[in-house]
Amino acid sequence: MSIASVFDIALVALILAIGASTILVRTAFAAVVMFAVYGLLLSIAWVRLHAVDVALTEAAIGGGMTGLLLLGAVARSRSDDVDRVRVGYPVRLAAGGLCALVVAGLAIVVLHPPAAVPTLAPVVMENLPPSGLGNPVAGVLFVFRALDTLLEKVVVLLALLGVWSLAPDRAWGGTPGLQVYAKPDPPLIFLAQLLPPVGIVFGIYMCWVGAKDPGGAFQGGTVLAAMWLLVIVAGLQKAPAISRLWLRGLLIAGPMLFLAIGLAGWVFADAFLAYPEGYAKPLIVAVEATLTLSIAVALAMLAAGPPERAQQQ
Amino acid sequence: MPATTVLDATTADGALLVLAIVLPVVGILLSFVLGGRYAERIAGVLLPAGFIVACIIFLKVWQGGEPLIYIVGGWQPPLGITLRADGLSVAMMVAMAIVICLIGVFAHANFGSRAASVETRAPLVFWVMLMAISGAMNMIFLGGDLFTLYVALELLTFAAVPLVCLDGRVETLQAALRYLLFALLGSILYLVGTALLYGSYGTLDIVLMSQRVRLEPATLAAATLMTLGLFAKTALFPLHLWLPPAHAGAPAAASAVLSAVVVKGSFFLIVRLWFDALPGLLSVAASQLIGVLGASAIICGNIVALRQKRLKLLIAYSTVAQIGYLFLMFPLAFSADPSPHHYGDALTAGMLQTISHATAKAAMFMAAGLIYAALGHDRISELGGIARALPMTMFAFGLGGLCLIGLPPTGGFLAKWLLLEATIATAQWWWAIVIIAGGLLTSAYIYIVLSRTMGPPNAPLTLYAAVPKYQEVAALGLACLSVLLGLVALGPIDVLQVGRPEAPMAGLR
Repeated sequence: MSIASVFDIALVALILAIGASTILVRTAFAAVVMFAVYGLLLSIAWVRLHAVDVALTEAAIGGGMTGLLLLGAVARSRSDDVDRVRVGYPVRLAAGGLCALVVAGLAIVVLHPPAAVPTLAPVVMENLPPSGLGNPVAGVLFVFRALDTLLEKVVVLLALLGVWSLAPDRAWGGTPGLQVYAKPDPPLIFLAQLLPPVGIVFGIYMCWVGAKDPGGAFQGGTVLAAMWLLVIVAGLQKAPAISRLWLRGLLIAGPMLFLAIGLAGWVFADAFLAYPEGYAKPLIVAVEATLTLSIAVALAMLAAGPPERAQQQ
Repeated sequence: MPATTVLDATTADGALLVLAIVLPVVGILLSFVLGGRYAERIAGVLLPAGFIVACIIFLKVWQGGEPLIYIVGGWQPPLGITLRADGLSVAMMVAMAIVICLIGVFAHANFGSRAASVETRAPLVFWVMLMAISGAMNMIFLGGDLFTLYVALELLTFAAVPLVCLDGRVETLQAALRYLLFALLGSILYLVGTALLYGSYGTLDIVLMSQRVRLEPATLAAATLMTLGLFAKTALFPLHLWLPPAHAGAPAAASAVLSAVVVKGSFFLIVRLWFDALPGLLSVAASQLIGVLGASAIICGNIVALRQKRLKLLIAYSTVAQIGYLFLMFPLAFSADPSPHHYGDALTAGMLQTISHATAKAAMFMAAGLIYAALGHDRISELGGIARALPMTMFAFGLGGLCLIGLPPTGGFLAKWLLLEATIATAQWWWAIVIIAGGLLTSAYIYIVLSRTMGPPNAPLTLYAAVPKYQEVAALGLACLSVLLGLVALGPIDVLQVGRPEAPMAGLR
């Protein structure tokens, strides 16, 4: 047995153990921490499967962003309430049954693969060169299935508006309260001064490199969002009021530019969301860069939660 | 793998399909940046524009007798995404666009923002979400790709859930959270199934899928997961638990759009899945099981509705029952003795039921909202005299009720008539009993409400607020539409068959 397979087996065992403890631990806080760890381990598993794009997304969104949102939810609900609620047996049985069904479905497919697994990967690689992109995932997201990507960004905006809609009427247009995450203390403030310069460069790099190698707007945007949140939570900068025009503008800039370029494709490249020959790469990079900003702002505001204080005049 | 791949090409006027999806998206983005004060004005321009686009697409498909197709980005499936408008899509698009526009007219009274000096919460959220629902529905009707349809489902979910708790009371927040959990469960199951199908056939395009699909365990597992997920989103019995509190607690305009429009989106996907993507794969036993769920929904939903003390809850439970009728089309279309004739009839009946329920239920929720606004409550036992105070509103409620019961010449009558005809033609008398019993139960609770409202008031009636005329007109307009829908039998009903493949051969089973 090679070292690699020993590592893989240990990794799988660890993932299963952490997954089980996510369900079994007593407090909601511990479960969320376990869930974040689970996401990170899962991303290592994706790296082992050579799916680096998926690994990056899992680490950024699955472990990081979702973990943060869940932490916020635990902190917002009074902790004793969350932990005292015990789920009844019918619900547990139903959940267990559904999970079993999903696992059975997956097992059937994984254990009985068709003789030749159909895949579009060769076709994607064949059609990639005209776009100038080197990363097939970026090719699928921004060339072949651009409509899905565009509309997914609108979904993020709707989710944000949904979170905002939970605000009391008097606080509408005001600033989100972020105290649920932490109280500013010296180590946190030090970290918030130290990390962002590195993090911002890293986020921009991830977006830029996404055209050629694994990376992209969503991963880069998540890193930028994390840096911004860190600065706000540490109290170095105030959270913006949600009625600010620049905030709203940044939120829609990415989808708006994407849509505009898509519509321009009608005139210059004879189809909606087609790119004129030779201009594909610069256009896509421009869209990705703006999307990174929009996603960063949207994710940070999602984590910041609904406005709590009315805007000071 | 069968090599019967016929490459589609963008048809003339295919660009209209893009317009139907892009218009609402532009509205959402503009509303974000221009702010809540302009959201209503933007919706006021874009929703009617969307209706006009839907009508043009309808006319092109009806007259041409051919589906409209648009290849997004010029990339043919399986690599790219295709938008397709067939008979089912155009009929649903026009119907939903009318309903959404009239709901917009009705909502002006509660979410009007033209006169406000600053942006306020509820109007911005409402108008953005209404445009999002209109765009998501168009995408569901036009999407020719299973993953694009997933994105549409997500759009629809995230637009619908905030509408439930728009007025921020604790119980509506609970209802919204429960709705969100059910809906996300549905999304995940649909997504897992889609991934399994892609793994088996290497395509997400519905037409390519239908040519490649084989009866094998992975496909069945995928289809089961997707169908279960969509059942949860459509609130089919016994996954309906989220619906009554969510639909009854929302503001009237939101209840109308949730009950009339949103649940029809996931239902349409079930139809697309079994009739188009996986034709002929639904076994007789499975279709009977779906029928049993539908029948249970009709009986249980109606009985529970009968016992309700509050009007909005009664209407919400009646939605649970009416959703049950939609699922009766499966055992009738996929019967043991398949013939193209019954197949088409059952499909037509299901679509007619979808559209007539949409118009009737929107009208009834609007009427209930007006009664609530006027009286400050909606307790059925204390509604005496309201018919005299708000005659037009009660007339709308009554007409909607006639459509739910299925009296001629309403759309509900035609739908149930076609269903009954199919039960006789396919020798499945047991469904006929359910349809008739459901009609009787429905007429019982409609009668109870109508007789109360026409009776004398318990105490002198005090009206808290004057009801604007245009709100009553919007409700009555929808109710009249539901009545007149029965007349489509004379004309455009054959549009539903445009672009439909032949009924599946029994050999596949």
